[in-house]
Amino acid sequence: MSLKGKAAAIGIGELKPYREPTDDSALDLMAAVAAEAIADAGLEKKDIDGLLVGMASADPGMIYPSAIGELFDLRPRMLNVLDIGGASGAGMIWRAAAAIDAGMCRAVLCLTADLNRMGRRRPPMISLMYEFEAPYGAIGANCSYALIAQRHMAKYGTRPEQMAKVAVDQRRNALANPLAFFNDTPLTIDDVLNSRYICEPLHLFEIVSPMSGGAAVVVASPEVALRSKHSPVWLIGAGEGSDRCSVSYAPDITESAVKGAADAAFKMAGVDRKDIDLVCPYDCYTITVLVTLEDAGFCKKGQGGPFAMDHDLTFSGDFPCNTHGGQLSFGQPGLAGGMSHVTEGIRQLMGRGEQRQVRNARLAYVNGNGGIMSEQVSLILERVS
Amino acid sequence: MSEYNKPLPQPSKTSRPFWDAAKRHELMLQRCEACAQFIYYPRARCPHCFSDRLVWRKCSGKGTLYSFTVVHRPATRLFADGPYVLAIVELEEGPRMTTNIAAPADQLKVDMPVTVFFDDVTPQCTLVKFKPA
Repeated sequence: MSLKGKAAAIGIGELKPYREPTDDSALDLMAAVAAEAIADAGLEKKDIDGLLVGMASADPGMIYPSAIGELFDLRPRMLNVLDIGGASGAGMIWRAAAAIDAGMCRAVLCLTADLNRMGRRRPPMISLMYEFEAPYGAIGANCSYALIAQRHMAKYGTRPEQMAKVAVDQRRNALANPLAFFNDTPLTIDDVLNSRYICEPLHLFEIVSPMSGGAAVVVASPEVALRSKHSPVWLIGAGEGSDRCSVSYAPDITESAVKGAADAAFKMAGVDRKDIDLVCPYDCYTITVLVTLEDAGFCKKGQGGPFAMDHDLTFSGDFPCNTHGGQLSFGQPGLAGGMSHVTEGIRQLMGRGEQRQVRNARLAYVNGNGGIMSEQVSLILERVS
Repeated sequence: MSEYNKPLPQPSKTSRPFWDAAKRHELMLQRCEACAQFIYYPRARCPHCFSDRLVWRKCSGKGTLYSFTVVHRPATRLFADGPYVLAIVELEEGPRMTTNIAAPADQLKVDMPVTVFFDDVTPQCTLVKFKPA
């Protein structure tokens, strides 16, 4: 059983992330990106017969697919919420392909949006093991990723400037992306290292900024894809996995379930790491990118730091990485941020990267990451023509 | 003395023996009779072999500093009373714990030995913390 070539992404919609509070609801943003993605696919609303939606941390408990179906007057024959944090966007793509392959649907709308609620009173993000974490101040993701970074530095000799290099190269990508929030000011390694510590060893500029925004993708059957407006981008490999919820109980906090997910995706796709033209790894923090590239097999375990230093991660470089700027420079629209890596992979393979287009891009590796590297989804996307 | 406003554990049937032991200044963990492994956090069944034959055993309180971070900007203002060291300690018996280390950051090193101490944060509640051994 394989999903290779069973479905293709044919349309995308995405908002430029914004930080200032507005009266928007997450549902408003979902409607905006849904309309854009359906039009981009060259379809009409009535053609959508499957609906996958992501959680919105801003509207907990309010995002259920029948409400969204009613809002848009859809008649889905498959509908579900995906709740694997930042991995939800990538996770929707293979689930859509599986539903299509099973004959349940022909065109699935994968939908995410979320709001920036920073500064408003709300319960902080907590672990399921609240009782054994929160009393010690283990609240939110920053401190948990700092624990990963600290041990990675101790175990492998990873250096602060190597982590900073990820943010710097990705900012250069963002400067060429009109949709990126931080697209007007270059960033240097010194800028990153001179920004204040949030959770040592992580500095402010190594951490995503919360935003409002959203993104949607239409995944379609081969029959629908072949008459779509843009070149279809085929899903040829997918893998998923989880090995912890809280970082404290991971088998090894410097490693992640990316390994199993990426191995499964590459095996299904039947392509090698060296065949990949661009990578779109989830980047809530700089350290996340290093661990993901290592575990996905693009460099040896522990060598993510030197790898980032030795390669040009920009769209015109030898290892294009997060050509939209990554969430570090694009902005993180809450739990919808993970979809930005999927839309960028699709955009590049469709040849719609404009001034940041990766030349002759044919194969993309996309990774979605939820929680504290708790949930992982790896995808391989291909442009066939 | 100022009022203690940070989050406190709400013990359940499964976890109460852990917190009761902490109040007595003892570190007790569940050990599985079937597969002989210690487990943390407390559970109704062993996560390794699914046995429900779990018994509470006193632990040495010795371990190593698996990782740590100095939290300068906490996610909630409940912890905004100054930087603190959040850590993962790997106990001699095997399991890892999320905890705090009472020592300045410049005295800490990954994998250094640490030893338990008990912080009576309120008359009702004692948290399990560590310091350099």
